[in-house]
Amino acid sequence: MIPAKFDYVRPSTVEEAVSALQQGGEDAKVLAGGQSLLPVLRLRLAAPSLVVDLGGLAELRQIGEDGDMIAIGAMAAHHDVMRNELVQRHVALLGQATETVADRQVRHRGTLGGALAHADPAGDLGPVALALDAEFVIAGSGGSRTVPASEFFVDYFTTAIGENEILTQVRFPKYTGWGSHYEKFNRTAQAWSMVAVAAALKIDGGTISEARVGLANMSSTPVRATGVEQALVGQAATADAVRAAAEHATEGTDAPSDADAAADYREHLARVLTGRAVLAAAG
Amino acid sequence: MAQVRVTVDGVEYADDVEPRMLLVYYLRERLGKTGTVVGCDTSNCGACTVHLNGRSVKSCSVLAVQADGGEVLTIEGLARDGELHPVQKAFNECHALQCGYCTPGMIMAAVDLLGDNPDPDEQEVREGIEGNLCRCTGYQNIVRAVQSAAKAMQPGAERPAEAPAPVAGGN
Ligand SMILES: Cc1cc2nc3c(=O)[nH]c(=O)nc-3n(C[C@H](O)[C@H](O)[C@H](O)COP(=O)(O)OP(=O)(O)OC[C@H]3O[C@@H](n4cnc5c(N)ncnc54)[C@H](O)[C@@H]3O)c2cc1C
Ligand code: FES
Ligand code: FES
Repeated sequence: MIPAKFDYVRPSTVEEAVSALQQGGEDAKVLAGGQSLLPVLRLRLAAPSLVVDLGGLAELRQIGEDGDMIAIGAMAAHHDVMRNELVQRHVALLGQATETVADRQVRHRGTLGGALAHADPAGDLGPVALALDAEFVIAGSGGSRTVPASEFFVDYFTTAIGENEILTQVRFPKYTGWGSHYEKFNRTAQAWSMVAVAAALKIDGGTISEARVGLANMSSTPVRATGVEQALVGQAATADAVRAAAEHATEGTDAPSDADAAADYREHLARVLTGRAVLAAAG
Repeated sequence: MAQVRVTVDGVEYADDVEPRMLLVYYLRERLGKTGTVVGCDTSNCGACTVHLNGRSVKSCSVLAVQADGGEVLTIEGLARDGELHPVQKAFNECHALQCGYCTPGMIMAAVDLLGDNPDPDEQEVREGIEGNLCRCTGYQNIVRAVQSAAKAMQPGAERPAEAPAPVAGGN
């Protein structure tokens, strides 16, 4: 199928993009990699009057070090994020999760910012951003503001990004030397997660001193498994201790039931996959 | 209308297109490059795969205007001086197609993969082409073809030393 008609602009600065969105009003849509938006437009599930293409904003593709943060431009493609050396060294979990997104073609076009702005609760990058306390830099007509991950995800496909705003950058603290693993459960190639668990651990002398765990597709937003994190801290990373901590994985979740899985099956998966992810992160 | 200037298979084009025109329809209907096909409405099948600026993309999920200023390589631009590309040859020799509908996209995906990983093992091939669906072959011979092409493309290789034995039928 072919999308409904729309007007199209490709601004060359963030300011121009924000003012194009303002002029476009309610029906204006941002286009990043298009890997979620174009399928939606083709199926005519949306019909914006104006599409504002961020493809001309080269500065939003940058990945760099900014003090003790790794700053990733919203337009950085999945492929470039997972191959980036700074990401691999300091935010390995993000690279590991990004490798599981879709397929090569989609990862060549799809962007970190687009995936997070799209906020599909089954998305793989939301739980990573949440667990790792990422910060979201959002530009609007009054300049930029920074939103912590804990306030970014609001509901199904809904984030703290306002109507005439653009996500410009996602900033991650460094987790240099941490162990991490992304455990994704799905049944076919290029499929979304039925449930997935993102885990990162700091281990000192055989004992877990810090833990970060995030869940995909266990609620209308990504979920931070704080119960698991608390149960892990101070423990040795043994199979028994990890399994006991993983029992907390469903706390604060509200798992959906759909054609892929019933809620109670998702809860079972969350516990099992949390155990696997944490053990793998412990190495 | 918006202007696109794009190089496709080595030839420059400039056209006015509707912004909603998908790259695949620009290739097929404007340029007559019907070698690239459409197999789904959901961005899953990969039959429409081409290279944009050296990277594989699903051309049904890219607007023609997004390719503005870029370089596109389709299955029609792969052969050189009448010689099929080693991946095309390997698909032929390993019987890696039945109906052939997925083939243009499979080959473009495989060429992209081999550019990145010149010697993939079986698992790496399977993951590397996970964005492409085949309803006929069961993938076995496709995987063989990609690995055979990898051998043929190693520096110093003249021809595929020995094409792996092709398997007829759907296993
Ligand atoms: C076949 C297939 C399989 C997939 N599998 C997975 C998977 O397993 N896991 C997964 O996580 N994802 C998956 N995806 C989605 C993929 O990750 C997309 O790349 C991502 O969801 C959207 O990123 P994009 O850059 O393409 O954004 P677009 O499609 O361009 O935009 C998506 C939405 O976000 C908004 N938006 C984009 N960028 C910004 C910005 N900077 N500021 C404000 N709003 C913005 C757009 O307006 C739109 O509403 C899959 C996609 C496909 C086609
Ligand atoms: S036509 Fe199926 S992915 Fe493009
Ligand atoms: S050969 Fe028929 S779809 Fe692959």
